[in-house]
Amino acid sequence: MELAAQVIDLQKHFLLGTVTVKALRGVSIDFPKGDFVAIMGSSGSGKSTLLNLLGALDRPTFGKYIIGGNDVSIMTDDQLSAIRNKMIGFIFQSYNLIPQYTVLENIEVPLHYRVGSSAIGAKDQKWIEHLAQMVGLGDRMDHRPYQLSGGQQQRVAIARALVNNPEIILADEPTGNLDSATEHEIMEMLLNLNQEGRTIVMVTHEPNVARLAKRQIHMKDGVVAGTGIFPG
Amino acid sequence: MFNLIRTVELALKSLLLHKLRSGLTMLGIVFGVFSVIAMLAIGEGASQQAQEQVLKLGATNIIVRSVKPPRENAGDRAQNSFVLRYGLLRADFDLLSRTIPTIEQAIPIRELTKPCRYLHREMNCRIVGCTPDYRDVNHLQMAQGRFITDEDRSRKDNVAVLAAGAAQTLFQYEDPLGKTVKIADKRYAIVGVTESREASAAIGGSMSGQDYNNDIYIPLETMRVRMGDLDVDRRTGSFSAEEVQLNQITLRIVDKDQVVPTAAVIRESLAYNHKNPNQYSVVVPQELLKQAEQIKIIFNVVLGSIAAISLIVGGIGIMNIMLATVTERTREIGIRRALGAKQSDITAQFLTETMVLSGSGGLIGVILGLLTPPAFEGVKWLATKFMLEGGQATSEVGTMFLSLTPKIVWSSLPLAFGISVGIGVIFGLYPARAAARMDPIEALRHE
Repeated sequence: MELAAQVIDLQKHFLLGTVTVKALRGVSIDFPKGDFVAIMGSSGSGKSTLLNLLGALDRPTFGKYIIGGNDVSIMTDDQLSAIRNKMIGFIFQSYNLIPQYTVLENIEVPLHYRVGSSAIGAKDQKWIEHLAQMVGLGDRMDHRPYQLSGGQQQRVAIARALVNNPEIILADEPTGNLDSATEHEIMEMLLNLNQEGRTIVMVTHEPNVARLAKRQIHMKDGVVAGTGIFPG
Repeated sequence: MFNLIRTVELALKSLLLHKLRSGLTMLGIVFGVFSVIAMLAIGEGASQQAQEQVLKLGATNIIVRSVKPPRENAGDRAQNSFVLRYGLLRADFDLLSRTIPTIEQAIPIRELTKPCRYLHREMNCRIVGCTPDYRDVNHLQMAQGRFITDEDRSRKDNVAVLAAGAAQTLFQYEDPLGKTVKIADKRYAIVGVTESREASAAIGGSMSGQDYNNDIYIPLETMRVRMGDLDVDRRTGSFSAEEVQLNQITLRIVDKDQVVPTAAVIRESLAYNHKNPNQYSVVVPQELLKQAEQIKIIFNVVLGSIAAISLIVGGIGIMNIMLATVTERTREIGIRRALGAKQSDITAQFLTETMVLSGSGGLIGVILGLLTPPAFEGVKWLATKFMLEGGQATSEVGTMFLSLTPKIVWSSLPLAFGISVGIGVIFGLYPARAAARMDPIEALRHE
């Protein structure tokens, strides 16, 4: 089984004044290609820290994080940026679109930071438009985020996460701000992407959302406490 | 990695999001650049004006003028008498013109202000006793008739040449040629009228600004015979008299390079005849020209510093706004970092925004600067229309202001624009670095 990403004995310690807080205390998870994992846990369980590490926004204190064959734990800041750009597609709870940009421009943003190729060509433009249509915003490509509903904004974020063909998609409470109808819509979209073969790691604390994933991982006190659905 | 045009386009987009804020921020740079260009233009105009006036005096000329000393220390003898004796002597003229070989031409002048009459019309004119060479040295053009000749001098004829203004005031629509004008109760036949001549502005300490249009020229010898050296001024309750032989000697030197050494010799020669060196002054246009150039340099430095200060203030304004913008857009920075922006990308983004801001400010400033000369004309027009009586400047400063024409210094345009962009880089670097150094996780969490 080919792995999209893999964490081995991942530890993350923070220094708060004189006290060392161990947010992650040895987490090992394999993420095979085409996986759809829901990471659950109460606040303070370390799931946010894990997500930050998986997103290459931070480096672990100990342990290894391998994505696409690269060990992130020993990378420089610029290399981390390149990894985030190339390997990871982010979907946030609060959408995190750039307010002054249109739908197309928001989808385009990761392309600006591509390593190697510079200008955005006609081919890229076509791809961006294709993504906008794919998430159902073909008729709103020139709208700005404030002109869109929450669900529509999240769909823009999904399109943006896909623009660089990432190794894994990291979704942080993707439906946390949405009503149940829109939640359903977004989850449908993620499931479709997963069926197309994309690897998705989703953080959520809603069991009915987590249930839709292929597997569930529960975090507690900085370690993996169990897998599968915990009723309640 | 990043496409320049696209980066500038997106920077513009971010700036246009806060039009008023961006506009106000830009204003500092606009005025800075504008003042650099405008001040240099006015400085250049003033300096060209000064140089032209000095050149009008003649680069190969030396002008020696009598200076009226203050009454109380006018000299030993004058203290006890009513008659104030001062100034250049005919002996000086002889001494200079005969002993100094580098002097090509020497023109003595005696000036007096006298009431002149034609029929019922009367005005005070400056009566200039001079020689035929006077016309040549001062580049006078004749409108009618002839100038004074050597024959007039030797015969001590009562002939007069009117300047355009005097002719206009006294004769109005009549033809002055062949008529007579009454100067200090004596009649003079008018033989010529000159074209009007531009007024000179004050140069140095001894040459005051002069309007030549009310001059009347008569032969020097005639003046000596008819009016004498003594000028008595009787007024109710006061009586004063002064005795002056010559008011001015204009000397033309054979060669430009000889002017400065000759001036030194002239100063020494005059000291021989005069105990008190305050009675006359030697004006060397070439020296004035050098002074004018030095003044121009000082002027430019002072103006440049003022403009530089306003540009720096503008830059600080930009920095202030950019720091606020960076804080305000912390989340956007976090998003970009999460999507793969390197620290250098963030620096480049904010630096571009600052440069677009200061650059467009600079561009507007350059355009405003180019409008300086017409705007200045407008100010002059308003001043003549509403502030000055009869459209005439009464003070020397006023005359100078009215005759000043700003000249755009073309090299100042790219310079000022370049400085404005440079200011953008310098003052934008700190906020841009501050943005780039943010922790992406913290930035994403920022509300």
